[in-house]
Amino acid sequence: MSGAADVVLRANDITKRYGGTQALKGVNFEIARGTVTSLLGENGAGKSTLMKILAGVEKPTSGTLELDGELVTFDSTVDAADKGISIIHQEMSLCPNLSVRDNIFMGREIVTAAGTVDYSAERKIVRQLMERLEESIHPDTLVADLRLGQQQIVEIARALSVNARILIMDEPTSALSASEVEVLFKVIKDLRASGVSIVYISHHLEEALKVSEYVVVLRDGDMVATATAAHVDIAWIISTMVGRDFDLGQPPSPEGYGATALTVDEVRVADPSNPERLLVDGVSLEVRAGEIVCIYGLMGAGRTELLETLAGRMPLVSGKVLVGDTDLRDLSISERIELGLGLVPEDRQRDGLVQSMSVGHNISLASLGSFVKGLFLSRSGEDEIVRDGIKDVQVKTASAAAAIGSLSGGNQQKVIIAKMLLTNPKVLLLDEPSRGIDVGAKSEVFGLLSSLATKGLAVLYSTSEVAECLSIANRIIVMRRGKIVAEFGSEGATKDEIMAASGEQTDTSRTNGKNK
Amino acid sequence: MTSKLLAPLRQKPAWLENGLGLRILFEGRAFIALIVIVIVFSALSPNYFTVENLLVMSRHVAVNAILAIGMLMVILNAGIDLSVGSTVGLTGVVAGYLLRGVDVPIWDSVAYPAVWVVIICSLAVGGLVGWVNGVLVSRFKVAPFVATLGTLYVVRGLALLITNGLTYPKLQGTPALGNTGFNWVGFETFLSIPVGILVMVALAALGTILLNKTPFGRWLYASGGNERAAELSGIPVRKVQVSVYVISGVCAGVAGLIIASELTSATPQTGSSFELTAIAAVVIGGASLMGGRGNIRGTLLGAFVIGFLSDGLVIIGVSQYWQMVFKGAVIVLAVMLNSVEYRSKRAKANSSSAPPEGADLTDPQPQAVVGSA
Repeated sequence: MSGAADVVLRANDITKRYGGTQALKGVNFEIARGTVTSLLGENGAGKSTLMKILAGVEKPTSGTLELDGELVTFDSTVDAADKGISIIHQEMSLCPNLSVRDNIFMGREIVTAAGTVDYSAERKIVRQLMERLEESIHPDTLVADLRLGQQQIVEIARALSVNARILIMDEPTSALSASEVEVLFKVIKDLRASGVSIVYISHHLEEALKVSEYVVVLRDGDMVATATAAHVDIAWIISTMVGRDFDLGQPPSPEGYGATALTVDEVRVADPSNPERLLVDGVSLEVRAGEIVCIYGLMGAGRTELLETLAGRMPLVSGKVLVGDTDLRDLSISERIELGLGLVPEDRQRDGLVQSMSVGHNISLASLGSFVKGLFLSRSGEDEIVRDGIKDVQVKTASAAAAIGSLSGGNQQKVIIAKMLLTNPKVLLLDEPSRGIDVGAKSEVFGLLSSLATKGLAVLYSTSEVAECLSIANRIIVMRRGKIVAEFGSEGATKDEIMAASGEQTDTSRTNGKNK
Repeated sequence: MTSKLLAPLRQKPAWLENGLGLRILFEGRAFIALIVIVIVFSALSPNYFTVENLLVMSRHVAVNAILAIGMLMVILNAGIDLSVGSTVGLTGVVAGYLLRGVDVPIWDSVAYPAVWVVIICSLAVGGLVGWVNGVLVSRFKVAPFVATLGTLYVVRGLALLITNGLTYPKLQGTPALGNTGFNWVGFETFLSIPVGILVMVALAALGTILLNKTPFGRWLYASGGNERAAELSGIPVRKVQVSVYVISGVCAGVAGLIIASELTSATPQTGSSFELTAIAAVVIGGASLMGGRGNIRGTLLGAFVIGFLSDGLVIIGVSQYWQMVFKGAVIVLAVMLNSVEYRSKRAKANSSSAPPEGADLTDPQPQAVVGSA
């Protein structure tokens, strides 16, 4: 931050301790007026914690905050907002049952002289905000009726409506389309020009580089580097973040394939809320033992629905699914798991983990049958398989008894993978296994998949990041609107071909340079 | 009785090693509340802290504790069972009906089933009510609060219909008919401990084993904590859901039998509003109404807190109206402490990137139900 004099917010030697773990180890951090600072780091590096402290969600264990050169403490998010700091949360924090207008003005309603809410004034401001974001969302639309990307726009609009001096954006683009990202970047430029300082957090490194002036890298609670964005590249960022060279791994060699492990034949799946509409429309594919197949597609392409149907979560309209030679028709989820088909779901918090249980109990959850003695669970038997599970996938945890919430996103993902691996699967389905985990954990997860495949596991995973199909999949299947529209071998495909097949615009620079 | 209650606390180190130290700590709150109650009332009345009175009070506690054990299972599953009070009434009435003889028109005679048959039939009726609740909730997706509110009325109505609103008196049976012994539970003692208390202890032990040692227990904690994750792990979440209501119904049946046995009579109105006391016991015992958190030990402590408090108030002669005020205050206070505890615990758990699951939803609900209790 090379002596930029005009510092709006300065964090001095911030530490934060949660029980035994030190999330931040004395971070010094500066935000200059009218600039965009990207905060980068792996999950668990302390980004979220630092942002929570800046936004008044958490208080630091030690250290001070200076706002315009004056020492401040934030008692709450409201307090921070009053002092001009606003945050766009990574997790959507909207009420789906309320309208866009109600959500944007939640807690700060405009009140008429009579004490009632001034809906027309609110509506007018919402329209202006939407105009600025180049969106045609009507203020009275229910948030529940918006698609995910639009909900994120509403979230952004809400943060903009506060007229903050400092705007923290935590993964603001995770659900946005390429064109929406472009608009957001334009808005960011405007904001910057009007003197607003922005802290930008993203897993899309090239996005972060493109939009920001300064880059701050955190690793294990330490600030390891700050730089001017113009002087660094992605490779530098990744090696600084991870502290080592980065490689997603190689696919196992094609000679090693075994028999066909999973057969999907003309599978159709309907939208539960509208049975007329097919979310998966006649998909056929095969995965052989030892093969890694990737399904690439945009949000809404039907990837999740396909995988959930294979796992038994959603009903089949027509078609056939075989594991080995066994038809899965009418089999329950547990019967499918027994046959060797397991799913690692897309949404860890919602579908993967039981937050009220320990790491160990989460790991053993799908294979309780393997350590039952008589009527009872054998504690020593459980300890053993949990220990193996933790070791095999290298979960970083204080102990098996630790709360699941104490792990970073990547390690939580590994817990779910360990859970499914303990059921001895023949076919492992993973829905966006890299979602919300950092580069280091990503390469560990994919490395794990690769080594499992060489041992004969059939792996089928979905992704929306091209880089993740190119590096380790033996075959890439592209889905678009419920159908398979293209298929590539690992050699023949280029990023542009894959993206073009999926219907994604390649003329934006959104995904440029993403693969390594 | 106190030494019995101290036992779980003495095991503390073993539990601490297993990382359950925190849970013990705040269950300790219910425990401390119990000690405070005993000390205060002992000081206020010389009749309070005597062996006889402690046994009498524990006998009162037993009924609620048995209901609360069943209720805990349902609450661990993130449900609620409002029908248990009515089920208590119905099972008592069914037992009374059978003991007084059943007309068999075909043979033109009256059948007098043996007591063990009566007991099994009554428990089956309790289980049946639970099964209906379970099916309504798991298959027809009726909200547990509504489903069991409905059965609360239906079951109470059935009990009144059977007796036509009257009481079945004198259920001790006739030796000549071979149906004596029904009052055994209510009047006998074993090692000078009333049988009702022993039944409670036995059910508590069974429940503890079920929750901590069997796959079913793990399924219950998992499906209460996150049903979707449990389902994807191959857990039969629907079966678990039906089972917890059946268990709760059977527990209500046991309670109904104990009351009928103690009174040697069966009244259809028995047990009204018992469900609320049972819920209070579970909640004071530290269980989360969102499901997935809670245990038998805490629930028992909760039942003892409520029972010893209300009996103590009776003994020192506090008016009935004030009794209700105190009881309500204690419930709210206990739950307030617990929700504070959960919040700080959650904050600790969320040290890294993990967002709290439904964090904003967890807190209002316990207070909502307590309000109705």
